Amino acid sequence: MSHHEITLRVNGTSRTAVVPARMTLVDFLRDELRLTGTHVGCEHGICGACTVQFDGKPIRSCLMFAVQAQGHDITTVEGLSGAEGALSALQEAFCENHALQCGYCTPGMLVAAQALLDACPDPSDDAIRDALSANICRCTGYVQIIEAVRLAATRLRARSGTDKEVGGG
Amino acid sequence: MDNPQDGAQRFKYIGRRRRTKEDRRFVTGAGKFVADVAPPGVKHVALVKSPHPCARIIAINIERARALPGVQYVLTGAEIAAATDPLLQYLNTPAVHWFPLAVGRARYAGEWVAAVVADSRYIAEDAAELVEVQYEPLPFVIDPEAALDPASPPVHPDHGSNIIYQRKFTWGPVAEDFAQAAHTLSFRTRWNRNSTLPIETFGVVAQWNPGVELLDIWASVQMPQYAEQIATALRMPLNQVRVHNDVDVGGSYGTKRGIKHTVLTAYLARRLGVPVRFIEDRLDNMNGSDMHGPDRIFDAQIAFGDDGVIRSMKLRAADDAGAYAGRAPLQLGKPVGAIVGAYRINSVEYEAISLTTNKTGQVAVRGFGQSPTNVALETAVERVAAFLNLDRVTVRERNFIRKSEFPYRIPSGSLYDSGDYHTVIHKALDLAHYPELLARRDGIRATGDLAGIGISTCLEPSGGNSAFESLLNSQNDTTTFLESVAVKVDRHGMVTAVINTTSSGQGHETLVSAIVGEELQRDPDKIRVLHADSLSGLFTHSPVGSRMAIMMGGAASGAARKLKERMLRIAAHNLGVSLEKLHYENGDVSVVGDAGRALAWNNIVQIAHRLYHKMPPDMEPGLQATFVLEVPLGGTLPTAEGTVQMYPCYSFQAHVLLLAIDRGTCKPRILDYAIAHDCGTVINPDIVRGMIIGGTAHGIGAALYEKFEYDAGGQLLSQTLMDYLLPSIHEVPEIRVTEHCTPSPVTSLGQKGVGEGGYLGAPAAIVSAVNDALAPLGKTLDAVPMRIRDIWDIVHGTPR
Repeated sequence: MSHHEITLRVNGTSRTAVVPARMTLVDFLRDELRLTGTHVGCEHGICGACTVQFDGKPIRSCLMFAVQAQGHDITTVEGLSGAEGALSALQEAFCENHALQCGYCTPGMLVAAQALLDACPDPSDDAIRDALSANICRCTGYVQIIEAVRLAATRLRARSGTDKEVGGG
Repeated sequence: MDNPQDGAQRFKYIGRRRRTKEDRRFVTGAGKFVADVAPPGVKHVALVKSPHPCARIIAINIERARALPGVQYVLTGAEIAAATDPLLQYLNTPAVHWFPLAVGRARYAGEWVAAVVADSRYIAEDAAELVEVQYEPLPFVIDPEAALDPASPPVHPDHGSNIIYQRKFTWGPVAEDFAQAAHTLSFRTRWNRNSTLPIETFGVVAQWNPGVELLDIWASVQMPQYAEQIATALRMPLNQVRVHNDVDVGGSYGTKRGIKHTVLTAYLARRLGVPVRFIEDRLDNMNGSDMHGPDRIFDAQIAFGDDGVIRSMKLRAADDAGAYAGRAPLQLGKPVGAIVGAYRINSVEYEAISLTTNKTGQVAVRGFGQSPTNVALETAVERVAAFLNLDRVTVRERNFIRKSEFPYRIPSGSLYDSGDYHTVIHKALDLAHYPELLARRDGIRATGDLAGIGISTCLEPSGGNSAFESLLNSQNDTTTFLESVAVKVDRHGMVTAVINTTSSGQGHETLVSAIVGEELQRDPDKIRVLHADSLSGLFTHSPVGSRMAIMMGGAASGAARKLKERMLRIAAHNLGVSLEKLHYENGDVSVVGDAGRALAWNNIVQIAHRLYHKMPPDMEPGLQATFVLEVPLGGTLPTAEGTVQMYPCYSFQAHVLLLAIDRGTCKPRILDYAIAHDCGTVINPDIVRGMIIGGTAHGIGAALYEKFEYDAGGQLLSQTLMDYLLPSIHEVPEIRVTEHCTPSPVTSLGQKGVGEGGYLGAPAAIVSAVNDALAPLGKTLDAVPMRIRDIWDIVHGTPR
């Protein structure tokens, strides 16, 4: 089994490590960097629990080897919070709307939803469903998750002043 | 009367929207799940599994595996069977022996034959492939109906038959009611194998500490008597086993039992003297984890009058438990507690049969057997309506137990505590805009597609006791199913409550803080709730049977009330008045009519903790209270006829939905879904709503998509999430929920359970909708799941 040195950015910090060629990205994040917020659900790319952002786009970290992340930029759920642990608007909305129960799929949901909001500040319900259609939640039935994403989008638009109607409402 | 929470007004914190205590750690990735527990030097397990549904194990060669660098050990069935006692079987089946690894004979494809321990899971999996097992394939049985045949090859030859439980109960004058009824009809429904399938698989970490002679267990578990079963199997004193209940469980819905995983892992940790962990991968979880759900065939006969009133019912349930029974057959027992659903059925005959086949074992699944039973029951109502050409709602209304009849005793012995079914079903119909829904359905039909309206109701027995254990096994005389909570106020006046179980998304910390806060009139956000381990904490029977609002909530009420009583007694002693003269508000105590004579919360705290000279002479110092609650109305054994009080509380839901089926593809699509529910006093509205919608999503999966499919050769075909289809965000519609409140008279604040109702109502409602859609074709479909291909076959008459 060959080993390789890799350097990548994780949540804004440069990390260098020597890893076996076959180590998956999710195992690297969890076992080597101890970023255990990213979860493993199926290891075949269906459930979405391991979703992280790869150069800003949501991907399955169970379907990628750590060596493939060489030189790339990874964001995990631990990277969503602000300074000193302040919750992001999306995290706040998930809490406020109880958009989770057991919390196992939640990091993947948040990472995928954040990628949506970064790309599309005013997503329709259909767009929210499409963006989260690769993440399975067994607890909630999704309804409160959709509401939370909608709430976060509304607040973010109000905050950035791009949506006068919301700002006025 | 828009009722709702008639109680909400009298509560300060209960029933009001507030953030849960748990969510913050989960949105920041700071939850502590079992796979996050990594003691230094921990070793990893991978499994060798039988490829045969039944085979004699002739020899196991571990040499090549053992020689791989990084491999610590290879364990086989013979060793663990010699060193441990069999895993607990709840039925009285002395000839059935169940160990974590197959011993001499493999009984299903996927059964664990050997376990490899290595420095990493990667190496363990490499080594598992190097273990060479020599098998002699033997005859097997897969189809449960074939297993009923005495000539079928027994899964456990020493038991001699594939029937491991069979009993016919007769409650009330069944023969007379059938003889007198104007009409009878019969039908069959089929509930195929599925499971609630959490996204987190089962996992366990075990560490033996020789210095203190203590076995530490961290597990993603939700099971009664977990530590007890570990200690018994490993032949250890129970106080040498410490289960850590502060592990966040990534979903369970009944299924996270994992006793064989735990005994295996704990045995290895002791044997090797190193921490060992086994985290299932998805294949482990699907094919050999013994976590499939009920697999049931119902044959029903209904006796009823011209008016649609059902007088009697005969129900035969044959359930395929798989190769090892464990606790699964008891899922035939719980439905006895609500065998007539919401209906005034005068008499019932119920035959329960549990079978073994060469499949992975069955485990408890949300509702513990009630959801399949409810499909049969609701199908009965729909068939009666169709037979008499009566409206389905009307037939339900004519059969519902009336509000004035509560408490109501059903023929099988349980007393329903309270309810108002007529009101709730109308709330659901109103929420669904029923007349418009009918028009929408007919509009879709006019375009040539199929469309149907689904209606169901369900009773949710809640508050979980273990009466079905003694009902199905006369050797078992357990009648206690307690739950405990401790509450203390520290020297700084801060409140901490201690619970004694893991949580898997139910929000127990939120529940207990809300109830303790309510009882003490202190802000729940400032109350800490901790999960004690199994040795430092009090006793529990775990969050099963939709019981924690009632049982943990009731114990929290009890402990907080004892604590408040202590505070009042301290105040009475120091203010020189009797207890009745005191007024308690937000933790401060004053004399009625003389507000100047008062002791603030902190004054009382200081007296209790520091000023013993001011304490009442007969009172111990400090401010702490424990409360151990037995299940209300519980504590009795079944009669010889098999009548018994099961659960104490009965929540109710009514589901109404519109479903369309594309004529070209036969793909079903849910267009609208409305639910009205009554779970008594709502403690946290967001949690209740989430439980109902989430349970309904599970029900949608069970009704339309999910099936563990075996081929004739005994191989599981749906082993991945590409073959076993879970509802995604596209399959679950925007489910709307409204509530009604009929408080329970037997719980501390009128609360009932709510964890299962969605899953009990949804499959029956979807079966109703699909059959309404098929009605214009004169066809019916009575097996779930109703997958696209199943609907296609029915619509087109021939398999495509």
